[in-house]
Amino acid sequence: MAYSDKVIDHYENPRNVGTLDKNDDTVGTGLVGAPACGDVMRLQIKVSDDGVIEDAKFKTFGCGSAIASSSLATEWIKGKTLEQAAEIKNETIAKELNLPPVKIHCSVLAEDAIKSAIDDFRKKQAVKREAKA
Amino acid sequence: MALKLPIYLDYHATTPVDRRVLDEMLPYFTEDFGNAASRTHAFGWKADAAVNVARERVASMINAEKPEEIIFTSGATESDNLALKGIAEFYGDKGKHIITSRIEHKAILDSGKRLEKQGFEVTYLDVDKYGMVDPERVRAAIRPDTILCSIMLANNEVGTVQPIREIGAVCRANGVLFHTDAVQGIGRCEFDVQSMNVDLASITAHKMYGPKGVGALYVRRSKPRVRLVSQMDGGGHERGYRSGTLNVPGIVGFGKAAELVTTEWRAEAARVTTLRDRLHQKITSELDEVFVNGPWPAVDASGVVRRLPNNLNISFAYVEGESILMSLKNVSVSSGSACTSASLEPSYVLRALGVEEELAHTSIRFGLGRFTTEEEVDYAAKLTVDSIQRLRSMSPLYEMAKEGIDLKSIAWTAH
Ligand SMILES: Cc1ncc(COP(=O)(O)O)c(C=O)c1O
Ligand code: FES
Repeated sequence: MAYSDKVIDHYENPRNVGTLDKNDDTVGTGLVGAPACGDVMRLQIKVSDDGVIEDAKFKTFGCGSAIASSSLATEWIKGKTLEQAAEIKNETIAKELNLPPVKIHCSVLAEDAIKSAIDDFRKKQAVKREAKA
Repeated sequence: MALKLPIYLDYHATTPVDRRVLDEMLPYFTEDFGNAASRTHAFGWKADAAVNVARERVASMINAEKPEEIIFTSGATESDNLALKGIAEFYGDKGKHIITSRIEHKAILDSGKRLEKQGFEVTYLDVDKYGMVDPERVRAAIRPDTILCSIMLANNEVGTVQPIREIGAVCRANGVLFHTDAVQGIGRCEFDVQSMNVDLASITAHKMYGPKGVGALYVRRSKPRVRLVSQMDGGGHERGYRSGTLNVPGIVGFGKAAELVTTEWRAEAARVTTLRDRLHQKITSELDEVFVNGPWPAVDASGVVRRLPNNLNISFAYVEGESILMSLKNVSVSSGSACTSASLEPSYVLRALGVEEELAHTSIRFGLGRFTTEEEVDYAAKLTVDSIQRLRSMSPLYEMAKEGIDLKSIAWTAH
């Protein structure tokens, strides 16, 4: 399969590979996919007090398009509010990376990973509020 | 000598034409272009003579008794189809049961499926974790209405060399015809239709340094005399078994390639084994959690070669196969990963060996060959090790495994 230049660029120079402390309560972690399906994405966000994503990291087990989708996702969500980040659609990722139809599911996974990281962060915040109350 | 990139390590998919083969072919495109079926002039006689030389060379390569036992086809897909369907059609009145294995090439499996739709019953034998078909299972599967057993000589993905001699003996003793898809084993391992009791064998030129689009079906003519119904109607070429004007240059090349295999295969197999073992050693000494798929060690305790000398199929846990291919961009290999296949299903061969799906996705097949050099192996090994290390540093699974998390304990969101 021929890859688009953008997929190759993200694959060769992935942005924001790494790990944030998942026990930090300002960090939300999304872990989506399954090893048996051949793709697992972990996307993490660190959120400021005013609800802005100040850092994002990913690690991905998957094809080049999956790696590129998650790399792009971290790039896009940095500096966004949680609400803005939650609006990112897989179609936009797929379009930006010129993904062929068989690789659309890799971008779906990236969208899921963003949502799941946000959910995790919000859950942690809720728990924190309850603990305080 | 400077290393020429990209490096080709996909000799299971196809092989380059050997120069010596090409040289013999060339005149048959231009000066000696006659139709081998033309009986009325020198052009035809010359083409016919060239085809007969090739037929003898191919026959002699597999130790067939007579050159007439070789039927030229367009390749092994056609040979496999002709064998299964041709035998089923001829012997269908005698019985409707066929035995094969789960790890055959699609040309066999899909021919089997079609025959099932036509009222035949096909038993797909399981293989062990090395991909081996147990001859005793063949024996147990034989029924009074079994007409044919088809088991490949060697597997194209994991390189398993089947106990063809033992399976041949079982079939012969029970009066069942025995076909083998010999494509991957030719020129790489022992093959002899006499001593192995093979009744039909599929071969293709492009996996043995000959041209693409030409192959053969060996059909035994005596003890037993095997009959089949042709699957293509026409001018009655190849003694009526396979109509169609012969691809004379291709057949000439096939013949030359066969002659080279006959004289050189042992030395080549020894050389390639050394290179393959070097590749294995270099990769496994640098990386943890890598698993060879298929028989390993390649030679068993009694000295029997259980794996093709040129094959190395490895799963690199925690990194997905297509991403590995992308990173090995100067090394041409293939993967059993789902992401590389149109169906998004991982390799059915690896699945049949019991390789877990998570590991099937991480597999890479290296196929070495006649023109592989030590420099190429060293380059490929280094690039592989570097790529796996880089991809593992990006893999959430590798990180989790290193932290001691049991990946099986996680409720994954399968999709
Ligand atoms: C085991 C086996 N059988 C059959 C074939 C098909 O051969 P051909 O390409 O000549 O049709 C191949 C090659 O793809 C093969 O590896
Ligand atoms: S992860 Fe399998 S196709 Fe992208």
